[in-house]
Amino acid sequence: MSLTAFAPVSAARRRKDRIMRGVLLTLTLVAFVPLILIVYYLLHKGLTAVTGSGFFTTDPTGSFFGNQGGVRSAILGTLEIVLIASAIAIPIGIGVALYLTEYGRDSRFADAVRYFVDVMTGVPSIVFGLFVYITLVLAGVGGAFAGWKGSIALALLMLPIVVRAAEVVLLLVPAGLREAALALGAPRWRVMLRVVLPTALPGLVTGSLLAIARGMGETAPLLFTVSVAFGATLDPTKQMNTLPVQIYNDISSPNPVLNSRAWGAALTLVAIVLILNLLARLIARGSRMS
Amino acid sequence: MESSATTVSGGRSALRRSPASRLPDQLLRWGLTGLAGLILLILLYFFIRLIGESGSTFSKFGLSFVFGNDWDTGHEIFHGFPLLFGTLLTSVIALILGVPVAIAAALYLTELCPRRLRGPFSLFVDLLAAVPSVVYGLWGVFVLIPKLLGAEKWFASTFSFIPFVGGGTPTGPNYFIAGLILAIMIVPIVSAIAREVMATVPPEHKEAALALGATRWEMIRMAVLPYARPGITGGAMLGLGRALGETIAVVLVIGNSDSIGSHLFNQGYSLAAVIANEFGEAANDTTHRSALFAAGLVLFVLTLLVNMVARRFISRGQRGRRGTGGTGVTVATGPAGGAQ
Repeated sequence: MSLTAFAPVSAARRRKDRIMRGVLLTLTLVAFVPLILIVYYLLHKGLTAVTGSGFFTTDPTGSFFGNQGGVRSAILGTLEIVLIASAIAIPIGIGVALYLTEYGRDSRFADAVRYFVDVMTGVPSIVFGLFVYITLVLAGVGGAFAGWKGSIALALLMLPIVVRAAEVVLLLVPAGLREAALALGAPRWRVMLRVVLPTALPGLVTGSLLAIARGMGETAPLLFTVSVAFGATLDPTKQMNTLPVQIYNDISSPNPVLNSRAWGAALTLVAIVLILNLLARLIARGSRMS
Repeated sequence: MESSATTVSGGRSALRRSPASRLPDQLLRWGLTGLAGLILLILLYFFIRLIGESGSTFSKFGLSFVFGNDWDTGHEIFHGFPLLFGTLLTSVIALILGVPVAIAAALYLTELCPRRLRGPFSLFVDLLAAVPSVVYGLWGVFVLIPKLLGAEKWFASTFSFIPFVGGGTPTGPNYFIAGLILAIMIVPIVSAIAREVMATVPPEHKEAALALGATRWEMIRMAVLPYARPGITGGAMLGLGRALGETIAVVLVIGNSDSIGSHLFNQGYSLAAVIANEFGEAANDTTHRSALFAAGLVLFVLTLLVNMVARRFISRGQRGRRGTGGTGVTVATGPAGGAQ
């Protein structure tokens, strides 16, 4: 019996297959279009602003006419606020992930924590902003608007990302490593500190970088917590300037010079966020090979 | 664990640690457990405070805060249906436009794409999630709105016989633009989850379909899609949750008009947009402020429900394949994280 015992695929079925493959490819390419367009317009409209004099070296003056200034304080403010947020979210996030993988495992409480962390990832960032606004700004804890309150809002938003990413990589640490260390008589805390965490380090860094990148671009939570400022205040107990909020305000301005500064600031912000993302991916890839 | 240790002199196990050396272990254990519990408590506290702050609005307007159609800040009447309507409409537009693209991209990347291109192509889709929402807003305001207005006018007049979608005079900022931007924002999320779910389809199912003479598309339709359906549905719902809560991109392009737009290409409002837009003027007006908190509460509950249902779908998809030893589907946000 020859292979032709199988009925050849009919022309109609083959045509349908080809059409559907074409449709899938086309839609995939459609998915690329927005990113290409956004990057194109960012470069097209942002580069002139970025290369303008004093863009990175002067603070916004807040004046509508004359010299409007650059984005220095916005960049510094964003970096500082995100740094504080990371200092809160990353240790706590990894701690919770350690609890989930090392102690909680399949306990009911651990499942509850996992569930609510998942739910937290879906909470709109503006709601985190409202939370902090109500409990810290309205309540007047240490004044009204302040940079550190923005950091807390961002930390809340970054926390679930860190926990989920860390849990995944901590679970990848081979049980054999833990058991070997325990069998050698190491107490659990040393096993975690000296074996589990170092083994998972690249993955933890990747997850943290992605969380930082996410926090960096957030605008809504900062509106309610940090508010705005123009000068380079690096004092986190005061109102501060941040890139996303400055972009937001510059978009709404009727002044084309400020609109142009928004494009420049957006280009800067996207560049930072994309670099963080690519860095995170490189680290993740490197660790997978080793 | 140490209970089976052999005992030496003194009745104490040779392998059992002294109470003092066990102390750091206990501290760490309870410290980490406390940390996890603390997060749940903080969330609960926030929720209670949000309910407390919006309480006066709900006691004054009751259900008409959600279903009444009159948002009039000047007369302090806060019937938020125009907001809810805008939130739901833009999110539905986002799903209609975004989900097919996301699923197609996921299918193409997992089943059809040449191996060499898979990495860069996936990265490209994922990076969409890394673009901050304020940048989407910026692009929407200065590029999409002016460039699409002509096409919208043509569409509205050509298809004026379709109620709501056609007819009317398109305005620059409108529901459609907001929905379009939301669609772009949810594509990477839905696509990433769909991809992970599709990767867990047992190869035997696919090979069996191909061995029976199925074409690639028939294999996708008969083996991949049915198996991945719950996960894809869950992913789409996570995207919906994201779309419902998106603030900055929407507030910039929806027009912020407090009455319901009569057509798809008219201005409107959304729950999240109203909070961001009116927050400044409401800062010293407790009634108005409470109404914004109430809008936040409605938004929070809405996204919470959508996310809970989404998780159920995704975990249902996972349970079926746990036995096959496939990788568990990890569902955080998108792979790249991103805007709002």
